[in-house]
Amino acid sequence: MTPQQEAAAVVSAVLADLPRNRGVVVDSPPGAGKSTLVVKAAGHIAETGEPLMIVAQTNEQVDDLVERLALEHPDLPIGRLSAGGYITPGRILAHSNVSVAGKLPDLGDPAVVVATADKWAWIGDRTWPWAIVDEAYQMRSDKLLRIASLFERSLFVGDPGQLDPFSIVDGDRWAGLSWDPVQSAVSVLLRHNPDLPVHRLPVSWRLPASAAPVVSEAFYPFTGFRAGTSHADRSLEFTVNGMRTSYDRALEEAATSGWALYELPSRHTVRTDAEAVQAAAVLAVRLLQRGPVAHSERGSHPVTAARIAIGAAHRDQVAAIRAAGVPEEITVDTANRLQGREYDVTIVLHPLSGRRDATAFHLESGRLCVLTSRHRHACIVVARAGIPELLDAHPSAEPVQLGVPVKFPDGWEANQAVLAHLSKHRVTPVG
Amino acid sequence: MSALTALAQLRAVRDGSAQRITTVRHCHIAPRPLVFIPLKLAGEAAAPLGAMVGTDPHYPRLLVVPQPRNRDLRFAFAADLAEVFLPYIEGFEKTTETVERKTGDPYERCLDAPQILVPNRSAVSFTGMLGRSTRFRRADGPYPVHPSVPLLGRWLTYFADRSQQPGSSLLLAATEALGLHWATGQSGLEDANLAALLGWIAPPAGMSGRRAAEEAEDPLLWPPAGPATDPGFDNEVLGPAVRAYEEAPTERAVERVTQALRTQLEPTWKLMWRAVEELRALPEGARVKDRWEIDRGSFTRFVERITEGGPPQARRDGAVGAAARLAGLERARASYDVQRAHDDPLVMAEYRLTGEAFAGTVTAADPEHTEGEGRSRKLRPLITVETDDPVRLALGTTVGSPDRRGHAAEIVEIADGEITLKITKGMGRGKTPAPGAVPEPGERVTYTSLTDDFQSSASLPDPEQTPWTHGGPPEEYVPSDDDAQEEWS
Amino acid sequence: MNRLDELRGPMPSHPHDARAIAALAANPGCARRGLMDAAGVDKDRTARHLGFPAPFGQSQFAITRGNVFEALVKENGCAELLRLLRELLDLPIAQVGYQDVESVGSHLRHSHTRALIDRAAREDDGAAVFYDHPLFSLEIAGHTSYLEPDVVAFQIGGRFRIVEIKSFGLVDGQAEPEKVAAAARQAAVYVLALRTLMADLGHDPERVSHDVVLVCPENFANRPTAALVDVRKQLAVLKRQLARMTRVDRLLEGLPPDLTFDLVPDQDGVPTRPADELAGALRQVPARYAPDCLSTCDMCMFCRDEARRSGSTDLLGRQIRDQLGGVSRMTEALGLAEGTLQPAEGQEEIARLLRLADRLREEALN
Repeated sequence: MTPQQEAAAVVSAVLADLPRNRGVVVDSPPGAGKSTLVVKAAGHIAETGEPLMIVAQTNEQVDDLVERLALEHPDLPIGRLSAGGYITPGRILAHSNVSVAGKLPDLGDPAVVVATADKWAWIGDRTWPWAIVDEAYQMRSDKLLRIASLFERSLFVGDPGQLDPFSIVDGDRWAGLSWDPVQSAVSVLLRHNPDLPVHRLPVSWRLPASAAPVVSEAFYPFTGFRAGTSHADRSLEFTVNGMRTSYDRALEEAATSGWALYELPSRHTVRTDAEAVQAAAVLAVRLLQRGPVAHSERGSHPVTAARIAIGAAHRDQVAAIRAAGVPEEITVDTANRLQGREYDVTIVLHPLSGRRDATAFHLESGRLCVLTSRHRHACIVVARAGIPELLDAHPSAEPVQLGVPVKFPDGWEANQAVLAHLSKHRVTPVG
Repeated sequence: MSALTALAQLRAVRDGSAQRITTVRHCHIAPRPLVFIPLKLAGEAAAPLGAMVGTDPHYPRLLVVPQPRNRDLRFAFAADLAEVFLPYIEGFEKTTETVERKTGDPYERCLDAPQILVPNRSAVSFTGMLGRSTRFRRADGPYPVHPSVPLLGRWLTYFADRSQQPGSSLLLAATEALGLHWATGQSGLEDANLAALLGWIAPPAGMSGRRAAEEAEDPLLWPPAGPATDPGFDNEVLGPAVRAYEEAPTERAVERVTQALRTQLEPTWKLMWRAVEELRALPEGARVKDRWEIDRGSFTRFVERITEGGPPQARRDGAVGAAARLAGLERARASYDVQRAHDDPLVMAEYRLTGEAFAGTVTAADPEHTEGEGRSRKLRPLITVETDDPVRLALGTTVGSPDRRGHAAEIVEIADGEITLKITKGMGRGKTPAPGAVPEPGERVTYTSLTDDFQSSASLPDPEQTPWTHGGPPEEYVPSDDDAQEEWS
Repeated sequence: MNRLDELRGPMPSHPHDARAIAALAANPGCARRGLMDAAGVDKDRTARHLGFPAPFGQSQFAITRGNVFEALVKENGCAELLRLLRELLDLPIAQVGYQDVESVGSHLRHSHTRALIDRAAREDDGAAVFYDHPLFSLEIAGHTSYLEPDVVAFQIGGRFRIVEIKSFGLVDGQAEPEKVAAAARQAAVYVLALRTLMADLGHDPERVSHDVVLVCPENFANRPTAALVDVRKQLAVLKRQLARMTRVDRLLEGLPPDLTFDLVPDQDGVPTRPADELAGALRQVPARYAPDCLSTCDMCMFCRDEARRSGSTDLLGRQIRDQLGGVSRMTEALGLAEGTLQPAEGQEEIARLLRLADRLREEALN
């Protein structure tokens, strides 16, 4: 089977399962066509003439979905429910089939209503025959509890490898309970309804052939996925010649192999390590100067600043990188906020770079997974040398709660696996 | 752990004494707290060995279980403990105040509430365990216990549960309360030893904190603060005493065990009251009273629940209960963090260090600045603040100030250590700002993005309406005979 | 490996017991611990002799309770254990064999374990057997270590499972997570050892399950209950740790040829070596002290004292060192904060942060 056929077969199976089950879960690795599936399923349900509610987690995700739905189904009346303080962006206003309101009755009676989980929680006294819950692995189960009585059956879609939902308070009290409120919506759903069908989108259309196997092995060790394109389908070309500086060499390594590790000398630093921050910023600037052009199965286009992102673990690092002179149009953000987004090239400040202590925060595998799976062409990781030694010295000694299914991969393992791969694409600054 | 606390710890090492990490006290200390020091039998989940308990530093009550494996003696201990706890708690139930509400009827709230102080986190867990093993018991049926035992169990459970609530002071662990206010020259793990921690904070005259902490590690000089006992003591003193009781359960044998436990509990008893003194000596933070008021409200509701004859707390939370509790804890956590920063410049300094707050001097003010025209014309005073702090706030961020409650401003411009703010709230309704509402040039001000207003979360379904995704409606918990007769061996 | 025997001196080699394994898992990168364990040095005894006994006494009440509980689980050929396993694993077995490996002399226990396991794996007759007190071996840092697990191995139909009996309570289905984690890390060592043995004997190592059985007292009673613990994560971590661990021969390489940790026992086994001299010898091998050692390693008090004397920031915990941007000496960090010390190259940022912290503290306190 071609990747296209394989993916299409899963989508058909999902659609066929929908009317037969109260819930259907679809696991989608990075860039595997989750939004396409949601839009398709929405169209499929709309055809039956029954109303549909769609749940996403952030306002941005809601707007993304509304925009795609409006484009693909221009005749479908779509309602966008919003909370106070929401300013409707132009890309939503542009569609005549979309209505926006703060209250359900003000929307008219659209076939599809989209809102965040938080907003849905305030809507009572109506039941929808159908629901689609997007980013369901990033949704905490207590949010699902607030909205689950709104629908009769639902499609749950999400990426199990990304960041887990979290709480600012300790959730030990509920450990092992099947309805643990700090677990994700999907894990609670499946613990109570173990017979629901779980499908898996098998092909990543975003990640290039150079990245899919690495990300798949490190972060999806038991489920796996493959790239929808081959090495020959994607390439990154520079129209301006380089100068053999270490930055240029890193960019060229990334263009050739899809990965580069820009490795600074080993040193323990403060979190906003000036040298590493500087390197990330300079790499981004230099990348633009080289006039990059991306060739892919979709054709060729120049890689503009809007197609580049720099990712880091902490907000202060993001602020420092921003302050280091990165062009405004380049996205600089934390892993949490980069979830679900896609770029041609990403530059990543490794969460463990310069650290002496590998705390649970750094070890959470989802963070590294998000950071290393946003790109269509290449990913450049900036890090201090010595991370493998740090991991050696910092044993993975998480407390174990009885009755809580073990979640894979282990952050410690995943970090080691990614580093082992990156070490083959190492560029060190000279002098 | 911030660089600020790290620095305080380094100073503590160098100076040999603990360093303050707050300028005020952030927990409530009752005028008459109940100090409770439980000991448990090694190797058991919840077998009480004895306890020192009471509200008067000079008259502790010592309760012992001369044969800790004996079930009847354990329940006798629980009944003894109830004799101390319940009258203390009931002493707060009678005097109430009427609280008016904007919406809904006025209600009654106890004027004051009990406060239980235990040595450390393990003692809090043990309190919960003791509650768990007694609250389901019954005064009738095959294994009857004294009626006070299940009631005690419900209260102990209540206090242990409540201690997870950020900012609550109904049940405090001394090491945690002290650790909130002082940094020592040892690691957090070592700070869990009450004697060592107090050694750093308040060493005996003529002794350095470091030396006092070192001495405190000797279990012969300073027995552990419980609930676990010193293994050496178990093997050499307690073991033989318990065996003697087993052979001949005489008054003398009981006295021997009692004396043995007294040697282990008395030093901690003194430490506990010293901890109380040290904490009491700190000036109280401005919002400690507000949080204690919330504690009083919670206490009052639990009194009502017991009066109404509600069932004992279930073994574990149901789906709806868990979600409701989580929402409450998260709200309390956020509000506690903000309140501490607002009450205490040293806590605020943590946020200034990370750029989420800044302090400086007002260099210019335009108090009558307005925005908009005609009817939509609004008073929007502008001020400029000069600061040396590394500000990491984005333009447009809403900030508040600990100096002025209800005051809010928006960051308009940041340039070279000068920040321009537009005041959006808290300057009164007039055409000109209320006197004192807008900071004047020369005034020292602090602003932060940390604010105390939270969106309330949407309501949860009734437990009977628990949806299919969460297992459907749960079976109602009915206390069973099995629960009441559960083995406690 | 004669050099290791020399390091230990005339005392018999001390096997890797549960505590040594816990210390290995908690601080794999500590060369001092690694070398002492590889040489089979009795760390507890060494620490006592140095005047730094570890604070790990065991109460007779806990020991008695543990023994009583274990005996209860194992009495009548593990009858109670069989009942638990039947319920937990849904096994349709009525009878089970019981082999106590300890019944043979200690020198034979390893080969006996090996033979028993081999036979069970070979002759799959569907019978179920418990193996009590097995003795496993595992290659640690290029050196074979003998493990004396306090576990029972269970076998049915040629498939194996590690059973760990612990006396901490399981109250309403939950136990203390740190204790379960420690049990899981230990069990992972035994699973790996048993899998290695299986592979060694030419059998499929996957016949040893990664789900270990944890047996604990239920609620407040003495009645046992069982839970499955998935140790796949612990196994993966352990494997990688073992693979990346500095080999013992590398640790030995740089050492002075006459270095020894010999306690020089007299006829009665009482150590006679001057403690100062022994301490000097131990200091030749660097330790990686962290406060967590205080709950796992016999040498902790000695290493803490050393960290104190050298003014190392490690004394205050791993996190604080991270906050200090890796500055390793307390005086150095304070000097940077108070401006009495000029930052060295690469220290400018942490110096700036500490200066700011110092200013903010002063401002708030004065």
